[in-house]
Amino acid sequence: MSLSTLAASTAAHGSSPHCVRLCTRADLVAHSGVVAWHAGHQIAIFYLPGRPDAADDRSRQPEDAADRSRQPEDAAGDCLYAVDNRDPFSGANVIGRGIIGELQGERVVASPLYKQHFRLRDGVCLEDPEQRLQTWPVALRGDDVVLLEADTRS
Amino acid sequence: MTRDATTPAADAPARLIVIGNGMVGHYCLEQLVARDLHQRYAITVFGEERHRAYDRVHLSDYFDGSDAESLALGDADFCARHGIELRLGECISAIDRESREVISAAGRYPFDRLILATGSYPFVPPIPTPAEDASGHARLVYRTLDDLDQIRAAAASVAQREAPRGVVVGGGLLGLEAANALKSLGLEAHVVEFAPRLMPVQLDAEGGQALRARIEALGVGVHVDRATREIVAGEDHRYRMNFTDGTWLETDLIVFSAGIRPQDRLARECGLAIGERGGVVIDDTCVTSDPAIFAIGECALWNGRIFGLVAPGYTMARTVAGCLDDVCEPFSGADMSTKLKLLGVDVGSIGDAHATTEGAVSYRFIDEAGHGYRRLVVSADGKRALGAVLVGDNGYYDTLLQYVQNAIPLPADPASLILPQGEGAPLLGADALPESAAICSCHNVTKGAVCQAVAQGCTDLASLKAETQASTGCGGCTALLKQVFDHELESRGIAVDKSLCEHFAYTRQELYDLVRVEGIESFEALHTRHGKGHLGCDICKPAVASILASCWNAPIAEPSLIPLQDTNDTFMANMQKNGTYSVVPRIPGGEITPDKLIAIGAVAKKYALYTKITGGQRIDLFGAQLHELPEIWRELIEAGFETGHAYGKSTRTVKSCVGSTWCRYGVQDSVAMALTIENRYKGLRSPHKLKFAVSGCTRECAEAQSKDVGVIATEHGWNLYVCGNGGMRPRHAELFATDLDDATLLRTIDRFLMFYIRTADKLQRTSVWRENLDGGLDYLKQVILEDSLGLGAELEAQMQQVVDRYECEWAGALKDPEKLKRFRTFVNDQRPDPDIVSVSERDQPRPARAEEIASLAVEVSS
Repeated sequence: MSLSTLAASTAAHGSSPHCVRLCTRADLVAHSGVVAWHAGHQIAIFYLPGRPDAADDRSRQPEDAADRSRQPEDAAGDCLYAVDNRDPFSGANVIGRGIIGELQGERVVASPLYKQHFRLRDGVCLEDPEQRLQTWPVALRGDDVVLLEADTRS
Repeated sequence: MTRDATTPAADAPARLIVIGNGMVGHYCLEQLVARDLHQRYAITVFGEERHRAYDRVHLSDYFDGSDAESLALGDADFCARHGIELRLGECISAIDRESREVISAAGRYPFDRLILATGSYPFVPPIPTPAEDASGHARLVYRTLDDLDQIRAAAASVAQREAPRGVVVGGGLLGLEAANALKSLGLEAHVVEFAPRLMPVQLDAEGGQALRARIEALGVGVHVDRATREIVAGEDHRYRMNFTDGTWLETDLIVFSAGIRPQDRLARECGLAIGERGGVVIDDTCVTSDPAIFAIGECALWNGRIFGLVAPGYTMARTVAGCLDDVCEPFSGADMSTKLKLLGVDVGSIGDAHATTEGAVSYRFIDEAGHGYRRLVVSADGKRALGAVLVGDNGYYDTLLQYVQNAIPLPADPASLILPQGEGAPLLGADALPESAAICSCHNVTKGAVCQAVAQGCTDLASLKAETQASTGCGGCTALLKQVFDHELESRGIAVDKSLCEHFAYTRQELYDLVRVEGIESFEALHTRHGKGHLGCDICKPAVASILASCWNAPIAEPSLIPLQDTNDTFMANMQKNGTYSVVPRIPGGEITPDKLIAIGAVAKKYALYTKITGGQRIDLFGAQLHELPEIWRELIEAGFETGHAYGKSTRTVKSCVGSTWCRYGVQDSVAMALTIENRYKGLRSPHKLKFAVSGCTRECAEAQSKDVGVIATEHGWNLYVCGNGGMRPRHAELFATDLDDATLLRTIDRFLMFYIRTADKLQRTSVWRENLDGGLDYLKQVILEDSLGLGAELEAQMQQVVDRYECEWAGALKDPEKLKRFRTFVNDQRPDPDIVSVSERDQPRPARAEEIASLAVEVSS
């Protein structure tokens, strides 16, 4: 079973998968990352808020999220990504403290230690595709940030 | 021939001795090494002076703050690194050609091949001087650093007199340099020249006149057509010089610069062929009358000529190195064209400046109002340029030199080449130059070599210089080099892409201007108006954050700025390899009370932090986890500390010595000045980190000359040095201004720093910025000291705004719960990062290594 964010956005409005609350919207830092602890994993969560004019209906669920194959955003255009906090190059748990950016159209996070870039959507390292961060499906449910435990659905 | 000395013996390497470690001698060593000859010969070098080879061309810089070390050529360990034995301060007294040995007071040294690079000595005419004059201040010369020390001492001995005066005998190139030196020592300088004009070798009558007018305007007395009959005791000054025409001039010291004579004594005494008027006779391969002995530089006589310039000496050195490597390129004379700045006046002389070629025709441009003069000498048929004379503006030099050297056909109206520019004077484009055109004559770099370097991927001027050595000699070709380089890049279609990153097609400087001019205060606004893409990246975000901070000095912990910053700025601490942080409280000037020391110790102990004293005179506390940072800072701030900005591209430290307060040598209170500077510029964001130091005397214990801004106390105030660097690419700071009072010092630093912040590229230290600055140090001085751009007041006001808006970022962050929420290792769990493991070493914690963590895990599980 793939743990890609594509699955996440599909699952977000799918048949009520088992969800785990990680933190709240207030814990997030816009355009940046925070780290949550879950079952021995350190999960770095990056939050890219959408258009300010769409903020009013941000609690509404997307209706055709499956078509938004690339970016897991909700109706407000908010995007959440969850990747492993462990930097494979240094072995340190620092990915959540990296800078978010965009390279050749891909959203990436730059490791704060040696500056490699990891694609947010699938965790693949641009400089060394052998290295890949684990990713998790996450979504905003109201003011909760939830982990969609995809593997429990199978 | 009794034996073949040219072939090294099979068993031992042949012995090569070089006598003389001047500019040409040193260059010769570099050429030998470039050909790996140091691996085929055991090379020994003798230098009579105690200093290793130094730049005699820029000797007068010695009085402008340069020291022997900054004038020195090459790396200090050049010889050691290449197995060359350098024996300085050892004078060779004789050459024994029979036994093939050179002899000094210390012993005899055998050689197989010998290179004489003994240079020349100043000619002092036999003029009677007062018998009782033991000081020697009437017979000073200007050639070595020791000579300069004597001139300095002589000037110091009369400094208390009213209007002390110094005279230079000789109005040639070196004489005018010497006059400049006297002027910078605070003397009223005069030049006495035997010929009817200054620089008689290089200039014609009109050129000499224009130069004289300019130099007199600088307050230097010029006396031409004067021969000194005798020197007697003076009335108002120490000496009186009586001239043959009955006039006289009084002075306190006299420097002779009346020409040079080849230093050929050793060669003469061992029976080598010597020219009638001196000089070791050499052939086209620089070999003397003894096939085992070469002579190069100013001691050598080729074709009846002595070459008193560096470039021909370098050419001879290349010839010798080639011959020893069996690829001899014969020496075929040298172009004596020169371009100089004497006492700040441009002087140029090219080729047949005196129109001695038969049928030569001259064009002249004379500006009597502005004392400018230009002459172009062309062939009888008007097709070729033969020579030129320039006084007042060397902007014409490069083009004219290329016309002369490369026989480029002249335009229909040759006069247009020397008419005032701006009237459509045809500039010679780089593409008109042949491949063989010499761009840098000091290092014999042709246009072809520059093009080849570009072809091999060289795309910036600094690396081109490093690659080819072009423009690293006299520096006269800098403008031409840049022109050829830019043209070559352009013609290859290499657009030099200076875009910051894929999101901004601007340089940092351009972005800075946009931010200021348009009053932009956020990344989003700048990105929307001038950027591409959606998000930005880890290159442009921190760069823009730094620009915004430099411009508006908004607190770095502003929510809108946080996502832009590198992790160190975001968390206001320095991330270490295991994801923990180090914390550096500010300790201005390195001064700290015992109570504060105890407070730091208490914090370090409580949080089990590793402590280390930094090079910037403060204390670094390592190993803090993210969630511990606010607690640690709360305690530090309570104890009176502020953030040290060790994490930012910003002012770091101002290192200081104890200065006049404690030190018996100190002449100013360096600690107080360091505190003033650190407290003024703390929190200043810049393209890269900024380091400062203040030394209380010239002993320089604070190492100010390796800092971005270095201040050294003098008896009259402060000397300011700028653009130094330690670290990976050390660079000596350059003397920028002297004897400043406190207020002027701070004002000058204000302007300097703001100008750097405005114009530097991202992550460009002041040293690299300075090296890439068009116009170099002179330009920087004009902008900062003379306010040539009219920016001074604006730069100062901008700095004052930044200073006024300073606040300790940590103190601000601790008051704001929104900001503090970021300092959680996990947003949903109180535990620390379980993967951070420390072990103890030398009674302090340090991160455990991977294998240690593995073995710890075994212990726990077993």
